[in-house]
Amino acid sequence: MKTNRLLAWVAIAIGVVYFIVPLIGTFEFSLRMRRGEYSFDAYQSVFSDMQFRATFGYSMLMAFFTIIFGILLVVPTAYWVRLRLPQIRPVVEFITLLPLVIPAIVIVFGYLRLYNSSSFIPLTNSTSGTNALLMLSYITLSLPYMYRAIDTAMRSIDVATLTEAAESLGARWPTIMFRCIFPNVMSGVLSGAFITFAIVMGEFTMAALLNRPAFGPYLQLVGANKAYEPSALAIIAFAITWLSMGLLQLVSRLQKTAPRKA
Amino acid sequence: MTFLTLSKIQKSFGAVQVVRDFDMTIEKGEFVSFLGPSGCGKTTVLRMIAGFESPSGGEISIDGRSQANLKPNQRNIGMVFQAYALFPNMNVAENVAFGLKVAGKPKAEIDARVNEMLGLIKLDHLADRYPYQMSGGQQQRVALARALAPKPQVLLLDEPLSALDAKIRVSLREEIRMIQQQLGITTVFVTHDQEEALSISDRIVVMNGGRADQIGSPFEIYNRPATRFVASFVGTLNLIEAKVIDPAANRIAIGDQAITLREPLGAVKAGDTVSLALRPEAGSIAEGAKGDTALTGKVVSSNFLGSVIRTRMKVGDAVISFDMFNAPGLSPPAVGETVTLRFTASDLLIIRE
Repeated sequence: MKTNRLLAWVAIAIGVVYFIVPLIGTFEFSLRMRRGEYSFDAYQSVFSDMQFRATFGYSMLMAFFTIIFGILLVVPTAYWVRLRLPQIRPVVEFITLLPLVIPAIVIVFGYLRLYNSSSFIPLTNSTSGTNALLMLSYITLSLPYMYRAIDTAMRSIDVATLTEAAESLGARWPTIMFRCIFPNVMSGVLSGAFITFAIVMGEFTMAALLNRPAFGPYLQLVGANKAYEPSALAIIAFAITWLSMGLLQLVSRLQKTAPRKA
Repeated sequence: MTFLTLSKIQKSFGAVQVVRDFDMTIEKGEFVSFLGPSGCGKTTVLRMIAGFESPSGGEISIDGRSQANLKPNQRNIGMVFQAYALFPNMNVAENVAFGLKVAGKPKAEIDARVNEMLGLIKLDHLADRYPYQMSGGQQQRVALARALAPKPQVLLLDEPLSALDAKIRVSLREEIRMIQQQLGITTVFVTHDQEEALSISDRIVVMNGGRADQIGSPFEIYNRPATRFVASFVGTLNLIEAKVIDPAANRIAIGDQAITLREPLGAVKAGDTVSLALRPEAGSIAEGAKGDTALTGKVVSSNFLGSVIRTRMKVGDAVISFDMFNAPGLSPPAVGETVTLRFTASDLLIIRE
């Protein structure tokens, strides 16, 4: 019994070392820009770079729209599947899982074939069209996480009975959706939103192939041309992801312990 | 005055027919219970009245108006669910106000009606509480207030007491009945609990296999069951097989003991078997007990049930149960003892279906 416990701790220690040591190494390297002493020069250089601000802002904006349109797509879908079409739930789950098994590069090439300038819907003809295409690509990428987060939240409330209760009180679909269902799946919506945010901020393939000035391609560009800044950017990217994960944890914990207020 | 009419209602789910030729009229202000076992179609009928299911055939009308083309949110119906179905994101007052807000009522009217409803269910002091902060009984009272707030024409209660513990069930069912009588609202109550149905209903519909086996007052349903199913489902009942001796004289035999029935035997001949029903509380073995009919048998068991002692005795092949009210000086008959059960012949009912 004691040996088993010891082995478990050894396994955890190896795991921690495997993940933490490279991170410490990266952080330590990012502080070495000034010769002979530690400094935050690399971070200063990154934050003062106009391209950093532009790409970071662009990705933030894309993340915002991805979250909004993703929610508008997924919440009614998950609701409708739970309420009226439970038999197609396995099909919907399978479809939402596809972005995990189909590489992003395959998806984006598919998009470029479908929406190029000589197609019926020439989205890539204009900047706004390409931006819209990139946002839709991000929605596809975040679908596995967004759908599961919202579907799990819906499982915790009796969607069918709440809907019937609201209907018997005279409510129509928009009222039912936005006043009875949406506030009660807010934790799932927020969880999905934070994961989507983290995905969009770090995504490279789609933004690069659609030639948009996003944060992912900027990370790659800096990594190829500079020494210390890429390490600083890696730490910044980690911090953004951790912040998102931390908020996600906080929201799910609040959901478990606090009243579901509107 | 007929208020709610259900005419030849049918409902099928695929090849399975769950409601067949359901006919019924309900008076304004009446409290009707649909009673039956799981799967008998009672909830399906209720859901068709609410508009959540569409009948495969037949018509439902309320106050002379057909409900056929009306969606659930267009019918003026209040519904209370077994699982309370309070909106978790709203507090008590907001839940009660929901239907009024949806109807676009002015704020002053909403506030007044919410206060009135909370007063009716005696929960005015919990207006700011959220559903998770209340007991099941309190939540169901709020659900009742919410359903009543928009002044519906009909109130539907779908097993509203099933999820509550025994004491709360009894007090809440009395409260529901009191509020119903106070408001005079036409109410349909679905339950599988016969005691609930018997205690609060004006009329009971006993359902079996998608049909109404019997519709009648609690007294009629209990004392004059129309079918074998109603007899066995409502209350405890002895079902006794007897041989016809003389149809003209209503003479039958249970084992080797001949008795005369009050009810005419009808189209049967000597030697036929008839089914008879006798309530356990209808007979007595006490000395000097009243009754024009007697059966003698051997006691096979005697069980103490608190307020009554239920004894089973064997008469021929039939086993007949009878109840004695518990009293401090009472000594129940011993197993093997021969006793004589006296009862009135009119208590012995012929079960024809």
